[in-house]
Amino acid sequence: MALKLPIFMDSQSTTPVDPRVLEAMLPYFTEKFGHPASRNHPFGWEAEGAVDRARGAIAGLVGARDPKELVFTSGGTESINLALKGVAEMYREKGNHIVTTVIEQRAGLDVCKRLERQGFEVTYVPVGADGLVDPEALRAVLTDKTILISVMLANNEIGTVQDAAAIGKLAKEKGIVFHVDATQAVGKVPVDVEAMGIDLLSCTSHMLYGPKGVGALYVRRKNPRVRLAPMMDGGGHERGMRSGTVPVPLAVGFGAAAEICRQVMPEESRRLAGLRDRLQDAILSKVDEAYLNGHPERRLPHNLNISFAYVEGESVLMGLNKEVALSSGSACTSATLEPSYVISALGVDSELAHSSIRFGLHRFSTEEEVDFVGRRTVEVVTRLREMSPLYELAREGVDLKTIKWKAE
Amino acid sequence: MAYSDKVVDHYNNPRNVGSFTKDTPGVGTGLVGAPECGDVMKLQIKVNVETGVIEDAKFKTFGCGSAIASSSLATEWLKGRTVDEAAKIKNTDIVNELKLPPVKIHCSVLAEDAIKAALADYKEKWSQAEAGRESGAS
Repeated sequence: MALKLPIFMDSQSTTPVDPRVLEAMLPYFTEKFGHPASRNHPFGWEAEGAVDRARGAIAGLVGARDPKELVFTSGGTESINLALKGVAEMYREKGNHIVTTVIEQRAGLDVCKRLERQGFEVTYVPVGADGLVDPEALRAVLTDKTILISVMLANNEIGTVQDAAAIGKLAKEKGIVFHVDATQAVGKVPVDVEAMGIDLLSCTSHMLYGPKGVGALYVRRKNPRVRLAPMMDGGGHERGMRSGTVPVPLAVGFGAAAEICRQVMPEESRRLAGLRDRLQDAILSKVDEAYLNGHPERRLPHNLNISFAYVEGESVLMGLNKEVALSSGSACTSATLEPSYVISALGVDSELAHSSIRFGLHRFSTEEEVDFVGRRTVEVVTRLREMSPLYELAREGVDLKTIKWKAE
Repeated sequence: MAYSDKVVDHYNNPRNVGSFTKDTPGVGTGLVGAPECGDVMKLQIKVNVETGVIEDAKFKTFGCGSAIASSSLATEWLKGRTVDEAAKIKNTDIVNELKLPPVKIHCSVLAEDAIKAALADYKEKWSQAEAGRESGAS
């Protein structure tokens, strides 16, 4: 089969809707268009039933005992906002301290920054060179004022998967609410809110082959019952935690996508991990001084993040972007010149943080695509190194750290 | 981010990539930027010591596509100019030619710095040599 270009390998940003998901959604736009909160007629009952089935499918995927523990939102960002702000407001009398990590996605970090401006104290726990949070380091910063621990399950750049169960156990022991940002993990690796002791869990539909515009927040109802101050006032939908009409077609799509993930995850994870390893080998066997970022085992099966010494990430993407959709961990497109804060948090040299490339495989990725991307990546990096003054200096035996750089 | 056609062209077909041996007579080398900032440019000029005309120029750049294009363009513009004319190249000329967006202006600034550094290095090394010869010392 001929290779179709461009190839999509940026599945940490979004995924295509599975055709089966789209099919499940379609009737809910035109025929079954009722409002799920309309209690007095069949249109409403039909919509409510569909939303509840979707809730059940998502509950099944994350191990929630009761589908009512799932609250529909507009996506991962809203779920995270509702979880963090909702706990902060509701538990404020108990304390004002929140613990999170330095590698959270922007939504998590930005909500924490806002809460800091409102008088909360936030501790950002560092991660090790492999991207893992040490639960004991986390334990060490807890105080009697700590009301919330918020940790992402799988990182969106390096794919490192945290030991949520260990952190959940710690949170339970201390009676602290535990929120997990699982937007990248749900549908990709096993998630079990009971086994992991998770009280709040944020996830989004479009990372698991569902539509954009819908997400969910798991809110534990028992042991303990977690209460949240709502951000949206209105009709009291979603157990009063998220007023606003549930977008039925999107929720149905999310449910259908979750159900497919639950069924295919073991086989799909194996296949994607195989392709990921194939891509990793193709690149690392041909390029010297290329480094894997993140934990070599505890990671998402479809995620690969590599730093190429002596070349800058954006220039690598520029060489590939007509053929392959990829993302650089580096935030060089911003005016700040700051490299990726996630890669920097691993303690790697900052020039390597400027050189990271993230590959994201997905359900529809093929071996041909992987081979093509591997080959092209090697070609582009090799070409850029030929024009890199750093590579030249390194080959001459100069230690780059001994040079006094004249920065702007 | 979309790149201008000229940036893409310089990225795909960079002019004058390479290096001169640093102690070749008439060669001036500028090395600017820093790896931790994500941009390092090495720009070299080869000046005819008799006429003061830049006969050749080469670059190597670690950085984004706009940084590569800025330094590639700089080498094109340097060739054939005298040392004094070369000093007049401004980063805004590079911005206009390559249609760099605001977030990439620092690439042109770095290219101007690289030109200035190469010229300064040339003057320091080879003007002294000339002066030395004139005074009879070595």
